[in-house]
Amino acid sequence: MSEASKDQASQRTPLYDKHLESNGKIVDFAGWEMPINYGSQVKEHNQVREDAGMFDVSHMVVLDFHGKDVKRFLQYLLANDVAKLKDPGKALYSGMLNHDGGVIDDLIVYYLADDFYRMVVNAATRVNDLKWINQQAESFELEIKERDDLAMIAVQGPNARKKAHSILSQEDAFQASKLEPFYGSQINDIFFARTGYTGEDGYEIILPNENVAEFWDQLLASGVQPIGLGARDTLRLEAGMNLYGTDMDETISPLSAGMSWTIAWQPADRDFIGRSALEQQKKEGVKHKLVGLILEEKGVLRGHQKVITEFGEGEITSGSFSPTLGVSIALARVPFEAKDQCHVDIRGKQLSAKIVKPQFVRNGQSVV
Amino acid sequence: MSNENPSDLKYTTTHEWVRDNGDGSVTIGITEHAQDLLGDVVFVELPEVESSLSAEENCGVIESVKAASDMYAPLEGEVTEVNEELDGEPELINTAPFGEGWIFSMKVKSMTDVEEMMDADAYEAFCQE
Repeated sequence: MSEASKDQASQRTPLYDKHLESNGKIVDFAGWEMPINYGSQVKEHNQVREDAGMFDVSHMVVLDFHGKDVKRFLQYLLANDVAKLKDPGKALYSGMLNHDGGVIDDLIVYYLADDFYRMVVNAATRVNDLKWINQQAESFELEIKERDDLAMIAVQGPNARKKAHSILSQEDAFQASKLEPFYGSQINDIFFARTGYTGEDGYEIILPNENVAEFWDQLLASGVQPIGLGARDTLRLEAGMNLYGTDMDETISPLSAGMSWTIAWQPADRDFIGRSALEQQKKEGVKHKLVGLILEEKGVLRGHQKVITEFGEGEITSGSFSPTLGVSIALARVPFEAKDQCHVDIRGKQLSAKIVKPQFVRNGQSVV
Repeated sequence: MSNENPSDLKYTTTHEWVRDNGDGSVTIGITEHAQDLLGDVVFVELPEVESSLSAEENCGVIESVKAASDMYAPLEGEVTEVNEELDGEPELINTAPFGEGWIFSMKVKSMTDVEEMMDADAYEAFCQE
């Protein structure tokens, strides 16, 4: 086997055998053998909206930053400002931009101590992210540790926390139950974060590889059902959360990707990577924005379909059928002035769609 | 593995099944194997009644949560009936692909074309390839 093909060989998370035990249908995702579903994507979707489901997200990348320059470095590296994080455990969503203002990745960073931050980045961007981060970090005094020894399970749904607590010791459960939304905390061997990618309450749980299979079995026994990547995608789409590589990438400005709220312009003298490019874009006027679409006729919206508005054309970045709403929904990049109504070209037919804010479902309820 | 495909049907390489109705017409649907690959079906774009189709012509679309999949006319002929139940209950394709999930019927030009299609055993072998 050559070096190149070794690199491309697909990888398995420590939960691979668990997926097979639950009849997971395995597909390639960014070089990982991951379950797309365990039977029915729609059932799994509804399980998360109505009860509790769990996702193996061990393919995602956990990076620990230690050192006295960490805060200063992250203030330079990220478009959002880690100085907003005052309480230990607090999490922040941010884009990591290139010098042209394009999005290299989106990520979550946790402030754990003045000299210790934890970052979780996407699996598909692992190599590129690490290269970029290490390049930028050269003149800073810090250590970056890739935590390949850790696995990650997302437990999501209205009953997710309760069911997760039921498998913990009383004391650990009490500590976890005190976590506010968007906070994380190390409780013995396990890092619990009250975050997610579904629009439901729940945890993202980071724990040692060797313990994860047993933890998964315990969650399963407590009634948390395994959920595949297929439902993960429809859940995040309903929640209006961007998918990297689909809704934005290095050629797309965060200002055109629904990520303006993640850019910390203040303080004005914080010189983060991409700042001057974004300021220039703002001065020239941002031409596109990310919106939500709801199809008003029968059919299914899909990525790359053409959107026609009275202000010009746009494109669907991700679309699917929404199991919660029972209609097709999408995220689309359209001319900045577009509003109210548009048409989508589906196989040569122009079907009408409503333009809405890019968020469809929160906590099991429609918000459109 | 046992053969789940009914022995009284004929099959295509694009995973449609064809039932000879004995009156010069056939009924068409997709196989259990095809519905399993597609996943949850949420919308079916049916061919138009009375439209003429040539063999292998694109005649509709089955949309699952996962993806859109083209449907092909297995034979040359004219569409006589479509399963309008699929408008309200597209999931019939998942739950009863060989029964209530049928898609359309057509009057075929040549019944010999039907006889030449794969039988259940040949189709099963084709799926195992």
